Amino acid sequence: MAFLELNNVSKHFGGAPVLKDINLSVARGEFVAIVGFSGAGKTTLISLIAGLLKPAAGTLKLNDLEITGPGPDRGIVFQNYSLLPWLSVFENILLAVESVNPNWSAEKRKDHVEKHIAMVNLTPARDKKPGELSGGMRQRVSVARALAMDPQILLLDEPLSALDALTRATLQDEISRIRAETNKTVVLITNDPDEGIYLADRIIPLTAGPGATLGPSFTVEIPRPRDRKSINHDPHFKQLRREIVEFMLNSKTERHTAITKKLVLPDIEPEDLNLPRTMTGWRKTPIRKGELKEEAVEVKP
Amino acid sequence: MKTFKLDWIILPLLGMLAVLGLWEISSLTWAKDLPTPAKTWEVSRPYLAEPFAKRGEMDQGILRFIWYSLILVAKGYTLALIIGTPIGFMLGLSPTFTKIFDPIIQVLRPVSPLAWFPLGLMLFLSAGRNASELGALFTIAVCSMWPTVLNTAVGVRAIPQDYLNVAKVLKLSRTKTLFKVLIPATLPYMFTGFRLSLGIAWLVIVAVEMLIGRPGIGGFLWQEYNSAIYEHIILCIITIGVVGFILDRLMSLVEKRFKTA
Repeated sequence: MAFLELNNVSKHFGGAPVLKDINLSVARGEFVAIVGFSGAGKTTLISLIAGLLKPAAGTLKLNDLEITGPGPDRGIVFQNYSLLPWLSVFENILLAVESVNPNWSAEKRKDHVEKHIAMVNLTPARDKKPGELSGGMRQRVSVARALAMDPQILLLDEPLSALDALTRATLQDEISRIRAETNKTVVLITNDPDEGIYLADRIIPLTAGPGATLGPSFTVEIPRPRDRKSINHDPHFKQLRREIVEFMLNSKTERHTAITKKLVLPDIEPEDLNLPRTMTGWRKTPIRKGELKEEAVEVKP
Repeated sequence: MKTFKLDWIILPLLGMLAVLGLWEISSLTWAKDLPTPAKTWEVSRPYLAEPFAKRGEMDQGILRFIWYSLILVAKGYTLALIIGTPIGFMLGLSPTFTKIFDPIIQVLRPVSPLAWFPLGLMLFLSAGRNASELGALFTIAVCSMWPTVLNTAVGVRAIPQDYLNVAKVLKLSRTKTLFKVLIPATLPYMFTGFRLSLGIAWLVIVAVEMLIGRPGIGGFLWQEYNSAIYEHIILCIITIGVVGFILDRLMSLVEKRFKTA
């Protein structure tokens, strides 16, 4: 039975649909990566799972319970870290631990926080403020905070896309290691197919928006632990990558959306030199009144 | 290095000299009652040389007068912050609250301290001897709280959605959200409000003291006008300006500390 299940979920802001007919099921302990273009609605999808947004239609279930709001059973790592800048690394994580485990003794909380700081190798930066840390370090704090809540599922919303390539590679390895240690269910949102293949058990492309939906899922059959260098020469990796990229590009070219634009034609008052000049100047009569027109424009990506 | 000194020391001095010159010329030509700078300095000297002297109720050293005024300002200002900050928070958090009270606030905000003061006196009439002081506090608080109210409200509205999401995802309780997220995120705005409020409180104190004739820098100014010692009026004006400037600098130092946090 699926652990996380999305049934015909759709979402729109105002009129334009962002996501439609999203069906997804993730098994317990599975690592699923969702790959999509920027602006396709990836963050909207993860916000729905997190409970920060409500779907317009369809149901989302975690462990057979409907998701109605945010909760500590889902740990989220946001793209922009979302750490509170006035709290130190320790305090940021402690805040999460306190709120999830209000009954714990101070000592136990402290140990729990320290353990998670150590897990992401940040013990030396324990008392620093987020502003004093590099992007990669901040994202580690964010990961530690999510894990410290001991969630049933970890939602990663493009956690590495704001980082430079080297830091990204290191953090990918760390996510891989932490995942192996904790055996959590993970949903990773990313715009990099390589990252998805390297980390996940299964990859699902998200078609280009508006009205994006999930494509077929591709199972990654590369044994773990995966090696970053040799994976590039793995024929399965190459083939997966080609298929995913092809699918995504096709989904983009298939879309021809028409947009109706409102055009406002202005009042035009050309000066008519043939009219007699009066005391106040040229006699002005608008030749054409302002008009509203609609025009349909075909948009090609 | 040379240009640095020229910019920061010589240029302000030049400005001061220009104003002094204009003052001198004015008092010699069209404003015969205006004491010259030299005369002002001479008559004011005892007040500056013995800043803590107390020769009589309305004849004291300048720092003593400033001290009285600052105490009254501190009381009224504290009151303004205690009342203004929560109102600002409610305005920022609740659109309904804003719709209900914003028009009233916009109408009350531009009312002059001189208009509030009689109302304050009337409200505390029963307090007898303390009526004028309570009325003064009321006036300072009512006039100076608006920047705090409005800036706090703006600050609360400007809290990034990210921080609110964090509070939601971590399931923080209401009190925790307030103290760990909302207040720290609003602090920079709040302190800008506090600084502007302090400026207004200092403006109001002078007006109020003139009305109640209480010992203080404003009371002294009005008394010296009545006794036609015009040199002291100028002394008071300069003093009020300098104190206001120092208060503003001090507050902006505090403000800066919170900006970086």
